[in-house]
Amino acid sequence: MTQAAIALRDISFSWPGQAVPTLALDLFEVLPHEQVFVSGPSGSGKSTLLGLIGGINTPQAGQVAILGQTLDTLAGSQRDRFRVDHIGFIFQQFNLIPYLSILDNVLLPCRFSAYRRERALAQGKDLLAAAQSLLRTLDLAPSLWTRAVTQLSIGQQQRVAAARALIGRPEIVVADEPTSALDSDRQQAFLDLIQHECQQAGASLVFVSHDQRLAERFHRRVALDQINRCAQNEEAA
Amino acid sequence: MSFLFRLAARSAWNRRFTLGLMLLAIAMSSAMLLGIERVRHEVRSGFSQSVSGTDLVVGARTSPVQLMLYAIFRIGGATNNMGWDSALKLAKNPAVAWTIPLSLGDSHRGFPVLATNADYFRHFHYGSGQALQLTQGHPFASVFETVLGAEVAQRLHYKLGDHIVLSHGMGSMHLTDHADKPFTVTGILARTGTPVDRTVHIGLDAMEAIHLDWQGGAPLPGLAIAPELVKKFDLTPKTVTAVLVGLKNRAAVFGVQRDIADDTSEPLMAVLPGVALDELWQVVGVGENALLVVSGMVVIVGLAGLVSAILASLGERRRELAVLRSVGARPADVFLLLALEGLAVMLAGVVLGVALLTIALFALGPYLSAQFGVTLHPALPAAGELQLLLGTVIAGFIASLLPGLRAYRLSLADGLTPRL
Repeated sequence: MTQAAIALRDISFSWPGQAVPTLALDLFEVLPHEQVFVSGPSGSGKSTLLGLIGGINTPQAGQVAILGQTLDTLAGSQRDRFRVDHIGFIFQQFNLIPYLSILDNVLLPCRFSAYRRERALAQGKDLLAAAQSLLRTLDLAPSLWTRAVTQLSIGQQQRVAAARALIGRPEIVVADEPTSALDSDRQQAFLDLIQHECQQAGASLVFVSHDQRLAERFHRRVALDQINRCAQNEEAA
Repeated sequence: MSFLFRLAARSAWNRRFTLGLMLLAIAMSSAMLLGIERVRHEVRSGFSQSVSGTDLVVGARTSPVQLMLYAIFRIGGATNNMGWDSALKLAKNPAVAWTIPLSLGDSHRGFPVLATNADYFRHFHYGSGQALQLTQGHPFASVFETVLGAEVAQRLHYKLGDHIVLSHGMGSMHLTDHADKPFTVTGILARTGTPVDRTVHIGLDAMEAIHLDWQGGAPLPGLAIAPELVKKFDLTPKTVTAVLVGLKNRAAVFGVQRDIADDTSEPLMAVLPGVALDELWQVVGVGENALLVVSGMVVIVGLAGLVSAILASLGERRRELAVLRSVGARPADVFLLLALEGLAVMLAGVVLGVALLTIALFALGPYLSAQFGVTLHPALPAAGELQLLLGTVIAGFIASLLPGLRAYRLSLADGLTPRL
């Protein structure tokens, strides 16, 4: 049996000053190469879950293991390093740093992680070539590369964010409602691209969305409001 | 690390308008701080250098501060004069090198009139030992001639050959004029930045002459002596207000001071100008402390503006910082990013401030000197000012760490997605 890429066991997490935990679950696992659809209404603890996977939040109880590494044994800066080395993030919107060029935005993880930089260099002859080939496969024409980030459409911005999440082949890609700002045609196209790229890179994909129509495209579906014993249907932090 | 520097620079450039305003605010408050500091320094040194080279100031017994006030600053009047014979006796003292008799009491359109003799132009020194210099004309030679201080000439637009009328008493309101005996301007002094600039100088004999037909502070009715006739009278003064004394050997100063105090023929006092000036500064130096307080407030207000501007900009930077966190920036990196920016803005602001002040002094220096007698030279910051500026930069840097600390906490609490 292969080791899980992500394994959360017996988790209990509450925000500082809150008596009731926001997230309490027995087991959440994602296998290598697996593409998992995580659904749940707002307040079901989605962003909390992502914070735990990213090692930004530490649970009060339970264990978070990423690629076999338990995060609670790492110091804060080690967790930051571990996160950038092994996980690529795509958010709902405003993923990009407005004052950096498209290529610089894509290359950001390589600036903070030597591991990602080396793996990106293994993909192409230099970092720039690696970033450019990723942008090409994500359907961003070279004519766009010189544009200011703010001049791109939302869909184009999300593809740049995807390229940034994928550069240097991280083992895990976490996407937090990346398609919610796109119309349905573009949603499908974006999903095609990102799922294909994750498969190519051998990355696990955790895709968080409340849009159930997308679920069938994934290997597995997890309803967070069902596994989270503390789910509340309110706007939680 | 070098990537962080570039990131900070790019981020700053992206917000160049806001940062530019912040920079300008810091520049202006540091220019103001430095400017106030310069004025403070100038006022103090100008004050302590209003007389130099004079070893003793002698006058009728009063407080040393009061004697300095009227003998040097020409403010207020003497309650008692000293006899001319005492002045002559003083001049003959073997330890004394020179004396300058001074007689006050009249004025011209608010400016004090000082009666003295040619020794004044020879022996009076100010600043770090500068002698008086005439920009135009010559010292008074005959009775109804006058030499004007630079400010008097400039304010009242007088030139050589003009005729002026003196008034009896000090002040500028409803004084009785010595209209029958006008004076001719024969000389104008160069600017000194001391009370000399505000003084109308006449001869001691002239002071006697304009008061020949006066008694008890008013003209004697029916007795008018025409200017042509005054030379027929004895114009030797009977009294003077004070005498400035220069000694042959400064070491003798306490001996001479004691001799004067012990002289039983007339109750006199002799004051060391340096000591009395220090004493006087204790009184007027309150203004200096006020300037210090103003300087402090300027800095505090400037820094408060800096902190609030950075804190306000944090709101718009939350997403940026969260994205950086998601691609591996540590909280320490985020903190460093803000600290770097704070330090850079502070440094650039202070340098710009010094430049602004220098330009302002180049442009306004002559005007300030002409209008207010405060001479400020454009100059690179002196050692003390550099310390002050360095202190400002450090204080500003520390102040900018406050927003940095908040950004650090926000970036931890926000995690990967800022909750806006």
